[in-house]
Amino acid sequence: MNSVLEVIEAGPLSTIQDRGRLGYQRFGISASGAMDTVAFRVANALVDNDDDAAAIEMTLAGVTLKISEGRCHLAYVGAPAAISVDGVAIEPCTSFIAEEGSTITIGAMRSGLRGYLAVEGGILSEPVLGSRATHTRSNIGGLDGGPLRAGQRIPVGSPADPVICRELDPKMLPSHLGAVRVVLGPQDDLFTPAGISTFLGSEYRLSTKVDRMGCQLEGDRIEHAGDFNIVSDGIVNGSIQVPGTGQPIVLLADRQTTGGYAKIATVIGPDLRKVAQARPGQPLRFEAVDAEAAERIARQQEWDIQAVFSAIRERADSALPIPPDRWWTIDLLGGVAKA
Amino acid sequence: MTEASRHGLRFLDAGDGGLVVEFGREIDAGTNSAVMALAEQLAEANLDGILELIPTYRSLLVQFDPLRLTKSELATTVLSGWTSAKSTQRHASLWHIPVCYGGDHGMDLPFIAQTHGLDEAEVIARHAAATYRIYMIGFAPGFAYLGGLDPALHTSRRTDPRLKTPPRSISVGGMQTAVSPPLEIPSGWHMLGQTAVRTYDPARKSESFLFEPGDYLRFHAVTPQEYHRQLEAAETGDLVAEREDFRE
Repeated sequence: MNSVLEVIEAGPLSTIQDRGRLGYQRFGISASGAMDTVAFRVANALVDNDDDAAAIEMTLAGVTLKISEGRCHLAYVGAPAAISVDGVAIEPCTSFIAEEGSTITIGAMRSGLRGYLAVEGGILSEPVLGSRATHTRSNIGGLDGGPLRAGQRIPVGSPADPVICRELDPKMLPSHLGAVRVVLGPQDDLFTPAGISTFLGSEYRLSTKVDRMGCQLEGDRIEHAGDFNIVSDGIVNGSIQVPGTGQPIVLLADRQTTGGYAKIATVIGPDLRKVAQARPGQPLRFEAVDAEAAERIARQQEWDIQAVFSAIRERADSALPIPPDRWWTIDLLGGVAKA
Repeated sequence: MTEASRHGLRFLDAGDGGLVVEFGREIDAGTNSAVMALAEQLAEANLDGILELIPTYRSLLVQFDPLRLTKSELATTVLSGWTSAKSTQRHASLWHIPVCYGGDHGMDLPFIAQTHGLDEAEVIARHAAATYRIYMIGFAPGFAYLGGLDPALHTSRRTDPRLKTPPRSISVGGMQTAVSPPLEIPSGWHMLGQTAVRTYDPARKSESFLFEPGDYLRFHAVTPQEYHRQLEAAETGDLVAEREDFRE
């Protein structure tokens, strides 16, 4: 038997995401998938899911969900936000059980931009081309190709019996702050040496044009050596294209598969989450590393994530959703939350 | 990587998980054939750690998992793949695509005709006379970029791109023509006609995508009545397009 989550409030932009729709970019299908893959993977690990289980990605503020069928085992990881079940606060990076009829609320994010709510057994929407990831521009994935809306019912897995709740010291999570490391290329030769120094030496601010497709940055104009158009070629997650305005655009999970602007550099995989968690107005600095160093950093980050997984502990009060001495708060605050 | 340049290739970095194999910088059928041949070789090599192969006009983007494969291992495989790719012949398809030109289905046909001093019938005849090569599928799901447009029809893109264009449009932009997917995509190209063919349809499980990059394509004109009949057939899963084998 599956459980069902009903969307009471959808938040500014909440979408169902997994590790992305791989293998179809040659046909023009965007990869999409979770923007902060570390937070996404840790959320899944806390509820004993595989890495590729679908979860809800929230932006700037969270969702309010009601368990309309069954019971659920959930965990929220990512940008810090207040988490509660029927008004009772839940610690961050701690998995919890919610029973049929209860209401889960994720509040506004205090810093960062994106957070993930994972459910044991995963979200069980219908996969499209092998993935449940939502790509709103081509209207595929998720429940109906779009962001979550109030009133929708999300089919999710049911927890194992007995449920094992887990927790992680949030300090174990790697930081998403600091310089964003890039590998120059593939078209760095279409920029002047001065243009490259500008790009690496100055600070860029995220404009208000920030979405899952890309981040328009604002700062010192980057000088092209000649034409800024190229014969269109492939784009990866983190490609930084510089159109005629000289202002860089970092392309992200929902990027188009091909593009015709010169690409000065590529954000390395491990640092994509620094861009994904940055808010409009926030400054970013870029730092160049060579391709071999980037591969080493990618391997190091994976070891770090495995260490985070190993640090996840079973909770002593695992079998119970809420400690018995706090049962009285459920009725009181639950009533208020539903009013 | 001098080994690469000896083979006429350039290896370019696309971060820690991307390698661009560049065959040239211009739009050229020979260059594009080389890209497709290498993509096919690498797909057959089935190297653990290769995540995606994205062939475009003049380069192949290989996305790989740096935890399973190093860029230098990948580069070695690319070079040996390229050596054998040069001697194999690709099998491509030739697609026949029905188009309802002009009127409500191709709102820019009068503009194209006027720009080139041709009458509308001549624009249609010229557009339907050529055999086009699918250089690339990109930008949107199943959006096919075609090379081989009659120079008399080359038309600069619109200065003000439209935010939405009709689904399944056949359009002209610069020296290229294109087939749109069944989506209302933004475009600065000129709309010449509309086809009932869905280049992309996730509901068509085994054939979600009609074309492979490197395939060939011809257009033929159909009446609005025929177009509407085909549109209904396409609703029930009929491809509407005809396919035949094509030897390069």
